[in-house]
Amino acid sequence: MTAALRRYGWSYVFVLPTFALFVVFTLLPVVQGLALSLQNARVTGGEFIGIANFVTLAEDPVFRQALGNTILYTTVVVAAQVTLALVVASLIQPLGARSRVFYRALFYLPLVNSAILVAIVWRWIFNANPFGLANTALGTIGLGPFLWIGSSDQALIAVILSAVLTIPGGGVVLYSAAIGSLPRELYEAAEVEGAGPFAKWWHITVPLLKPTTLYLLVVYTILAFQVFERVYIMTNGGGPNNATITIVQLIYSTAFQFGRYGLASAMAVVLFVMAIAVAVVQFRALRSDVEY
Amino acid sequence: MSSISRRLPVHVVLLLAGVVSLFPLYWLFLTSVSPTQYVVRVPPEVVPRELTVANYQRLFETTPIVRWLVNTVVIAGVITAFHLLFDSMAGYAFAKRRFPGKDAMFWLIVSTLTVPAQVTLIPVFFILRTLGLLDTYPGVILPGLADVFGIFLMKQYIQTLPTDLLHAARVDGASEWQVYRRIILPLSRPALAVLAIFTFQRYWNAFIFPLVILRDPAKYPVQVGLATLQGEFNTDYGMLMTGAAVAALPMIAVFFAFQRQFIEGIRIGGVKG
Repeated sequence: MTAALRRYGWSYVFVLPTFALFVVFTLLPVVQGLALSLQNARVTGGEFIGIANFVTLAEDPVFRQALGNTILYTTVVVAAQVTLALVVASLIQPLGARSRVFYRALFYLPLVNSAILVAIVWRWIFNANPFGLANTALGTIGLGPFLWIGSSDQALIAVILSAVLTIPGGGVVLYSAAIGSLPRELYEAAEVEGAGPFAKWWHITVPLLKPTTLYLLVVYTILAFQVFERVYIMTNGGGPNNATITIVQLIYSTAFQFGRYGLASAMAVVLFVMAIAVAVVQFRALRSDVEY
Repeated sequence: MSSISRRLPVHVVLLLAGVVSLFPLYWLFLTSVSPTQYVVRVPPEVVPRELTVANYQRLFETTPIVRWLVNTVVIAGVITAFHLLFDSMAGYAFAKRRFPGKDAMFWLIVSTLTVPAQVTLIPVFFILRTLGLLDTYPGVILPGLADVFGIFLMKQYIQTLPTDLLHAARVDGASEWQVYRRIILPLSRPALAVLAIFTFQRYWNAFIFPLVILRDPAKYPVQVGLATLQGEFNTDYGMLMTGAAVAALPMIAVFFAFQRQFIEGIRIGGVKG
């Protein structure tokens, strides 16, 4: 025993602080979160009720609205983010090293700020008043004024626009690094065959970037699934007629405003399953990938 | 055609994209230094005509923003310090040492990676309630020490360090702690810098956990404080934007000081949101 302790003791000393915290504040909570989703948990405790919470969710129009909004937001925002990151990184790459450094920093700077702060500004930009900036800008080309966050039809559009109108700097950096490490020979071969810049980009660069594209799709999708601060700030936590309610917003209000912890945990499990599904799809797609 | 004129359209497109992307930030700072009568002007003015610090005076006099900033520095700072210590220790053990249970422990950590934070939010709230830590600083800090990104980052980096160096130190009579302290830690500085910046940024910007755990506005970190200002000064945009500007400045300063580490961090650790 003492021999084993002497041999391995230090290893456990090194691992234990992190691992103990991980067990108490991540591992056990995950297990308890799954358990809570099967309980009628309220402020004063609860009992096992099987999948009743999930049945409630399936029939609840507000949850369906939250699920639909989350999926719509995710689809539009992720498609825009990955496309923008790819195009911007491709435009940056042929420039000189100093320009590349400048643009990477330029596009990453807006992202160091918190979602709360950004949402406060966007809330004002999409203000329904005439001094709202979005209305002024669109007014100059004869459109509007729109109610934006004051309208149940336009509130979600405003939230989505606020996300789309920021260049995804992290994606730009990753794509940029990936493009830099692509094999030059392929391009030289294509040039010999007389391929133009766009043909080279579309037929060589884009397919070779598939691993980065898949990684970004998954990361941005899982992040978008968790959209909360924008909705909480821009539309007072859900907008008119729950127009902008999302899953995380609903988890927050269900648990911490209405004390229905079991039901909220079931929503979190739905979110968890969605994240796993996306990760599995990525894993499959990567496995079928051809090595280059 | 010279390369400059060939590249000019590309620069124009990229700069335009940059302007759109940075515009909210510009608008934020512009509004914070504009007199109230210009803030609600129709049409809004994108170039300032008159500058003032009145909004800042009002903000510092009527809100606990300084207290919130101090809270945030303390919370994010303590979490970052502990992550640097604990993650480098664990990263070293997982990268370079052999011990029973190592693979099982690492597998358990990996298996929780895709779990969204909202799954653990409610159980962590219950655990903190049981421990009597709701509405306390330790209640905000402890769960922040449990995320596993740093363990990966440090393990990946320490794996690349030469193992011979550790053997040589042991032959020279260094204790296990000295091997970690004198060799692993100094050689891991690039990875530690990335970890420090990512962790600090993450907890500087954290919102939903402190929102749920803290009740006393005097204990709020700045993001939660800003959200309450949003409720209080719903139409006082000058005040709101100034609060947001004050919260933005420290992170922007950190970015300019450690740009290289930020970009390096994305390459090593991926996009963390």
